[in-house]
This record gives sequence, structure tokens and C-alpha cells, in this order.
Amino acid sequence: MIILEVVDLVKHFPGVKAVDGISFAIPSGACFGLLGPNGAGKTTSMEIIEGILFPTSGEVRYRGERRGRGTNSEIGVQLQNTELPQYLTVGETLRTFRSFYGKRADMDWLVASCRLDDILDRDNRKISGGQKQRLLLAMALANDPDLVILDEPTTGLDPQARRHLWEIVRGLKATGKTILLTTHYMEEAEILCDSLAIMDSGKIIAAGSPDDLLRSHCGGIAVQLYGVTDSRALEGLPWDVRTIDGRVEIFTDSLNDCMRALLDRGIDLSSMTVRSWNLEDLFLNLTGRDLRG
Amino acid sequence: MAIFTRIWLLFMMRNREFFRDRSALAWNILFPILVIAGFSFMFGHGGQLQYKIGVVGGERALTGNPLYEEFRKSNYVEFVSFESGALAIDRLRHHRVDLVLDPAERKYWTSSTSPRGYIASRLLADGIRRCPVPLEAGSVTGIEISYIEWLFPGILGMNMMFSALFGVGYVVVQYRKNGALKRLSVTPVRPFEFLTAQVLSRMFILMSTTGIVYTGCVLLYGFSCRGSYLALVLLFIAGGFSMVSMGLVVASRSSSEEFANGVLNLISWPMMFTSEVWFSLEGANPVVRWISKVFPLTYMIDGVRMVMNDGAGLLDVSVQLLVLVFMSVFFLTLASFLFVWQKRQ
Repeated sequence: MIILEVVDLVKHFPGVKAVDGISFAIPSGACFGLLGPNGAGKTTSMEIIEGILFPTSGEVRYRGERRGRGTNSEIGVQLQNTELPQYLTVGETLRTFRSFYGKRADMDWLVASCRLDDILDRDNRKISGGQKQRLLLAMALANDPDLVILDEPTTGLDPQARRHLWEIVRGLKATGKTILLTTHYMEEAEILCDSLAIMDSGKIIAAGSPDDLLRSHCGGIAVQLYGVTDSRALEGLPWDVRTIDGRVEIFTDSLNDCMRALLDRGIDLSSMTVRSWNLEDLFLNLTGRDLRG
Repeated sequence: MAIFTRIWLLFMMRNREFFRDRSALAWNILFPILVIAGFSFMFGHGGQLQYKIGVVGGERALTGNPLYEEFRKSNYVEFVSFESGALAIDRLRHHRVDLVLDPAERKYWTSSTSPRGYIASRLLADGIRRCPVPLEAGSVTGIEISYIEWLFPGILGMNMMFSALFGVGYVVVQYRKNGALKRLSVTPVRPFEFLTAQVLSRMFILMSTTGIVYTGCVLLYGFSCRGSYLALVLLFIAGGFSMVSMGLVVASRSSSEEFANGVLNLISWPMMFTSEVWFSLEGANPVVRWISKVFPLTYMIDGVRMVMNDGAGLLDVSVQLLVLVFMSVFFLTLASFLFVWQKRQ
């Protein structure tokens, strides 16, 4: 069953077409990722889905019905940049937001699932970035929604806090909640998302499950070489060769041919590693640009 | 029912924010008390250097009269012109002038309860002794109203004005800027509920702090309310409501604290100076007096002074109350019409 459907969404700002006719559908219980660099139209699309912006044309359907103000009661939203009320404790904030809704999640479940037990009595101003994101997530779950929208929930968090949040989101998935997620982190998308849509310049340029996308757009593997000092030795290779952060990456569909060619050119392979393509490579392949560029 | 629950929750959220911000709370209560203390120190012991002589018909009525020329030579008197005798007597009754002279009628009046009036009449007698002119003495009895008592409603009003305008206007703009309003916009909370909660919360804060300041000043300085307490409370409520609503109009769209601050200053400073907080606009430029009629603070202070100083009742201040209610409805309607959760794109 489709829980959220975006149909031919268009949004114009003066002189800019921020969203250019995107469409996708999210089945109930799935985790759907919307990926794209800054300026791709991702945030605008999310804000239309959240009901903050109105589209120029097209529509958003929740459970088959056109999205209206009443939808706010049924979905949960974690916005990217939100300040918490000052001088309130974590518990007071959560209880206040929970009470805005007719249907409410169990307070104990919220506290336990978002790991807020130890900070319930702490002033909002005195919690860490990771704790703040967990509280914002709990606020998004306050109405026990079937659809949870998470707009870059781990941006700015340290790796440990990010992994904590991933565990919580995976826990939510296990309870059958549908999740719409945006992120800059490819690892996050690969770990959490069942399906993805990649946006660039207001359009969806690729969509599908991470495996399908990689299979259909990125065959082969990436050969990584460290310490290559003479880049002229790599000239003329029949594959895509890139220098990234001081290492050389060769994208090839034949490891044997590649190794043979490198040895023929006298290149030392003792530091060579091989990895499969990832979403970062996919994005680079599709747009010619780095995702976080 | 859900609407009232949400309004109550937002009301409580804002109250907690305010009352837990100790520095802001202390400042809201201490500031007016300190101002009163300062003025009490300055004017409480005869700090006014000159005796004010109200002249019916203006100073031109004194020209050429040797008595008045002699009187004028004194360094201790200042002449204030009045077009009518009745107005001059009224000001005498309120101790805004110490003695009233009517050269055409050859009469003068002092207040029997005013020591300053007695001294002013001795100065006049000294002039008459040196330049005899037949003058008939009249006396009015009236309530002794000191400058501090006159100032007190103005200070209360000014404190309410700053608290209402900046406490709502600035705070809502901050909410918009830091994304708190955007977060509320994706909940079932409606703009009407949010605005109502802000108004009620600020009114609660205004009434609490004004009540504390009023009681504190009554105990410390012995001020009293000569008129109806019901009228006084209604004037504070209507005045506070109109200024809170005015703050909401400023906050309805902007997400720039600097812009909101500028607009709030642009409103609050002229309002403070033209609403007779510190001094009477008696004899001021008509344009200034006209401008003062635009501001709710003018009507609130005027009404409160009538109640506290002159012993007015509810009916006596009905015009001020009606104007304040009208302004409240106007500003609140305008704010509701203009309000957006975030800047439209």
C-alpha cells in the first residue's frame, strides 16, 4: 500500500525553478531516501511534503488523499534546523509537543526508544547535539505517526552520535513505520534506505533500491592506488581514472585487465586496494559532481 | 477542546520561558521601582527650583503692569500661560501650577493644601507691597497630588509598553528566525492558537509584574488609588492588550531581529515621549498632541491618572477604555491577517 505519493511536483521561486516535476511513491513500512547536493531542490521538496511550502503545481498525496492541514496530525516531522524552547526541560518539551496531538505515543515508549531517560530533567540549553537530535526525533514521534519525515537528522553529529541515531531509526523501521529521509551521508543512505531518489537541479535523475541503482549505473569495481607519484604513467588507460584526496581511483569492469595494464606500465601495486562502487561514486557518475560539493 | 488544550500548552510554555529567565524577570520588576526611587529622590523634597505661576490670558496680559513686572523680576517664578481660568484652576488643583493669576479679573488663587502655593502667594504679596495693586485672593481646595504620584501611572505604563512590545514582537521574530515557528507549523497548532497563547501569556506576565510593582510602590512610597479599582484593572488589561496586539503586528512577518528592533524602537520612543509618561504636553505643539492620540499608551496613562489621582470611576474613563478596546481589536485583527509562520517564498 502506498502511504505517500508525490505527483509531478513543481516549485518556482522568482527566477529559479527549484523543483522541476518530480514524482515518487513510498510504500508503507519502507525507508525512502531523497539524496542530492545543496541546491538540488531536496529541501524545497521536503518542505512541500511537510506542508511548509505550497507547490506551484503538482500535488502530495497521503494515503491517497491530497495533503491538507489535517495531515499534520498524522505525520511526524524532524526539521533540519530547529531551536528548542529555552528554559524548558527535555521532559517538559516532549510532553508539550506530545499534547498538541489527539493521538499520542506512549511517553515511556518515546523516552525509551529515543534514549532520553537520563536527560529528561535537563534544561534544553544544556544537552549535546546528539541528545538534541534524539529529542527532536522523539518530538517527531510524539503522535505515534505512521510516516516519519527526517530531514538530515544526523548532520553535524559526531560518528558515535550518528550511529546511535541510525540504531534508533532501524528500531523504528522494525516497528513498521514508514520513513522519508534526506541525508548527505551515503553510508547512512546505504544502511537505512530501502529505496532512493537522487535529485539534481530540481529533477530526480535516478531512483530505485541502492543495489539496483549501483547495478544499473555502476558496473565493475574501483581500484585504489596510493603513492602514485608519476601520473603520466596512468595516461591513456581505457578506464575512468580520478585522483581523490591524494589517491588514484580507477573504475573498471575488469580487474584482471586493469592489473595487467598497470603492471605493464611498471606501477607498484603493493598498496593497491579494491572496493565495489558506492553511492558517492554513483552520484559522481551521474552528475559529474561531488554530493557534498 | 483540543484547541484550548493547545493554547493552554503554548501559554504555559511561554510563561515557563519568561519566569525561568531570572534576569529578565528581575529587570521587569526592578526597573520601574528604581525609576520611581530615582525620581522620588530628585523631586520628593522640593527639588523643583521655580514656583509655577499660571497666568490666565497668557503673559501678554501682564505686559505693562508694574506689579507683574516686579513679580517677573524674581528668579523664583516661572509663568505658564492658560487660555481659560477654569483650566488654570484645574491645573492648580492638581498642583501642576502653584498659583493662578487672572490680571483681567484682578484675582489670584492658591490651593489651601499646598505649601508651595503659600510661598508663591508670599512672593506675590512682596511684589504688591512694593507696587500696590488691588488683588482679590481666592482659594481652591483640592487633593494634594505630588509629582511622583502623577508620574507613577506613567512609569507603570511605560514598563508595560516595553514589556508588551518587545516581549511579544521581539520574541516572535526570534521564534521565526530560529525555526521554532516552522517546527510548530508542522504540528496541528494553528496560527490563531499560537497568537492567542502569546497574547494571553504576555497579558499574564504584564498583570503579574504590574501587580507586584504597584503593590511594592504602594508599600514603599505610600501611593494610593483614589478611584475605582475595577476601572484601574480594566484600564491595565485593555491598555496591555492593545500594546501586546501592536507588538504582534510588528512580529507578524519579519524574521530579522534587527528590523523588528528598529521598528519597535520607532514605535516605543515616540509613544513614550508623547504619551505624557514623564511630563505633561500642556502647551506643546498641536501636531505632537495629535500624534499622541494615535498611541494606546496615551489613553491608558490618561485613564489611570484619572482613576488614581482624581478618584475617577468606571464611567469617567469609559472613553479611554473604549478606545483601548477598539485599538486592541484593530491591531489583533491586523496581526492575524498578516501573520505567517515563516517568510513566504
